[in-house]
Amino acid sequence: MTGLESHLRTRRSEDRKLLIPYVTGGLANWKEGIRAAVAAGADAVEVGIPFSDPVMDGPVIQEASQRALDAGATPPAILAEIPSLDVQVPIVVMLYYNTVFRTGHERFASLCRQNGVSGAIVPDLPLEEATRWCAAADDAGVETVMLAAPTAPDERLPRIAARARGFVYAVGLLGITGERDALANTATAIAGRVKAVTDLPVLVGVGVSNAQQAREACRVADGVIQGASVVRRLMESGPDAVGDYISEVRHAIDTQ
Amino acid sequence: MSVMVEPDESGRFGQFGGRFVPETLVPACQELELGFREAWGDPAFRAELDHLLRTYAGRPSILTECNNLGRQLGIRLLLKREDLNHTGSHKINNVLGQALLAKRMGKKRIVAETGAGQHGVASATAAALLGLECKVFMGAVDMERQALNVFRMRLLGAQVEPATSGSRTLKDAVNEAMRDWVATVETTHYCLGSVMGPHPYPWMVRQFHRVIGDEAREQCLAATGADPDVVVACVGGGSNAIGIFSGFIDTKARLVGVEPAGGAAVGRGVPGVVHGMKSYLMQDEHGQVQEAHSISAGLDYPGVGPEHSYLSEIGRAEYPSVTDEEVVGGFSLLAKTEGIIPALECAHAVAWIAREAPNMAGQTVLMNLSGRGDKDVAQMMDILA
Ligand SMILES: Cc1ncc(COP(=O)(O)O)c(C=O)c1O
Repeated sequence: MTGLESHLRTRRSEDRKLLIPYVTGGLANWKEGIRAAVAAGADAVEVGIPFSDPVMDGPVIQEASQRALDAGATPPAILAEIPSLDVQVPIVVMLYYNTVFRTGHERFASLCRQNGVSGAIVPDLPLEEATRWCAAADDAGVETVMLAAPTAPDERLPRIAARARGFVYAVGLLGITGERDALANTATAIAGRVKAVTDLPVLVGVGVSNAQQAREACRVADGVIQGASVVRRLMESGPDAVGDYISEVRHAIDTQ
Repeated sequence: MSVMVEPDESGRFGQFGGRFVPETLVPACQELELGFREAWGDPAFRAELDHLLRTYAGRPSILTECNNLGRQLGIRLLLKREDLNHTGSHKINNVLGQALLAKRMGKKRIVAETGAGQHGVASATAAALLGLECKVFMGAVDMERQALNVFRMRLLGAQVEPATSGSRTLKDAVNEAMRDWVATVETTHYCLGSVMGPHPYPWMVRQFHRVIGDEAREQCLAATGADPDVVVACVGGGSNAIGIFSGFIDTKARLVGVEPAGGAAVGRGVPGVVHGMKSYLMQDEHGQVQEAHSISAGLDYPGVGPEHSYLSEIGRAEYPSVTDEEVVGGFSLLAKTEGIIPALECAHAVAWIAREAPNMAGQTVLMNLSGRGDKDVAQMMDILA
């Protein structure tokens, strides 16, 4: 298991912008999609654990989650497949809190650890509710990434950063996941506000929809998370299209 | 006057409740909590709300004694007539409160979810009255079975948006409303329709519905000289039930919340976290939320408000369930014996009373008639045909 934060810090120190694609676990060809993304230069991968009620997700990831669930995907089955991905970058799971709560905090954290998962993102678990899970995750060596939203007042950001492990996920806009025509002004604004209070890597996700927008976000942020744009390509065209897309984004952010 | 507990600082009733929302919404929930606390303590706000409740919603709602059905069942049966409120259900109590609060907090727009359409109609009504923009999310399945209410909302100037994901019922309408709110939180208030969701909603919505129980306590005493033996209400999210329970929490009355058999969140007793709250939740072994199935769109919900989970856990209230078939029987029974057509939601309470009457012989049973059945007549035409 690779430490998420140390891995990202090392790469950042080499003047490299960080790129983390998101792929819904259990979707057709999800593992091939991840391997293609890593081969094309992803620095870590976010694996979505599908949930019945994904309130932070727009139509593309909703559809992917539903397809995965219809195909019989379950959290333990997806976690059990992670070692077989055999990629040399950290794997972070993105999941809704009821998946952890129903399984049990300690049990879920140890399932992550056993299967080589380095970090976790739980978008419906804000700072005030995160204590139980974070304690279990810390004990198991699973790094919990915290989200920072554009609506957060200044005093909240240092507290979020203090609780964050791995990196801080700066939410790029007011809204849910999905592709947008332009990068929202809030994206670089929140990235800048978070970077002002922490030395942790700060990545912008939600609404970073193409190579051009990724480059724009990386003017301030340490990197980007690419969700709906990746998942849509995997559903429409398959793993090769994911690889091509990640190459394109990689190139765009490498030539800032 | 009786008082139910305030949730603790984290918004919990015992282990239930809390605020499990995306970071984006945390400041809005905090502002709402402060805004509500301040408004609720402000005599001017309370007077304004009270004025609307009296001169617009038609409060106080009356208490009706059911002599025919009571005699038939061997009990004394009293109905709290929330069906006679403007817009036809208890939902207007909460909506007028939230809409006034939204204006006070400078919001220009409200979003709401609706199941049967009653909360949506109430929201559209309050928005029209108070000059707010209004968008209502409704499951595509529910838009079909409650088509009359869809038309009603549109007549009132609201935009009705179908929720087409998942089970396409109330649960999915809540998801869509939350997704809208995440994107529009700076200008928009989420006018949640039951005692559910993240803190402060379960507490705030209960306070807006307390008027049901407070009135009923006095009316019952005036009519019978005593508190009732049993207080019964149907439970979807649980707002009409918590409203009437609020008036009797410190009495010896049994408090009974009736769930649909296909949506018995408390009955199954497994805690989970969805829609911002920790509460009992119908889910599979991996935590995937299950689809509820009920003849009534308003109760077709796999979760329940956290305070009900708490009242169940401490043993203060009980949560039996009734089948769709029993509900159809209850619907017709009240219509034929008393000349009152109940909403399918509160026909659940009628059905439970009819089934359990032999065990309550001679007792006074107070039932919350949370809404009228006009909206269900078309659906019942098909079922009874
Ligand atoms: C008449 C009526 N009663 C009850 C309900 C269920 O809501 P609650 O459990 O919050 O009272 C509804 C919801 O649509 C309703 O229309």
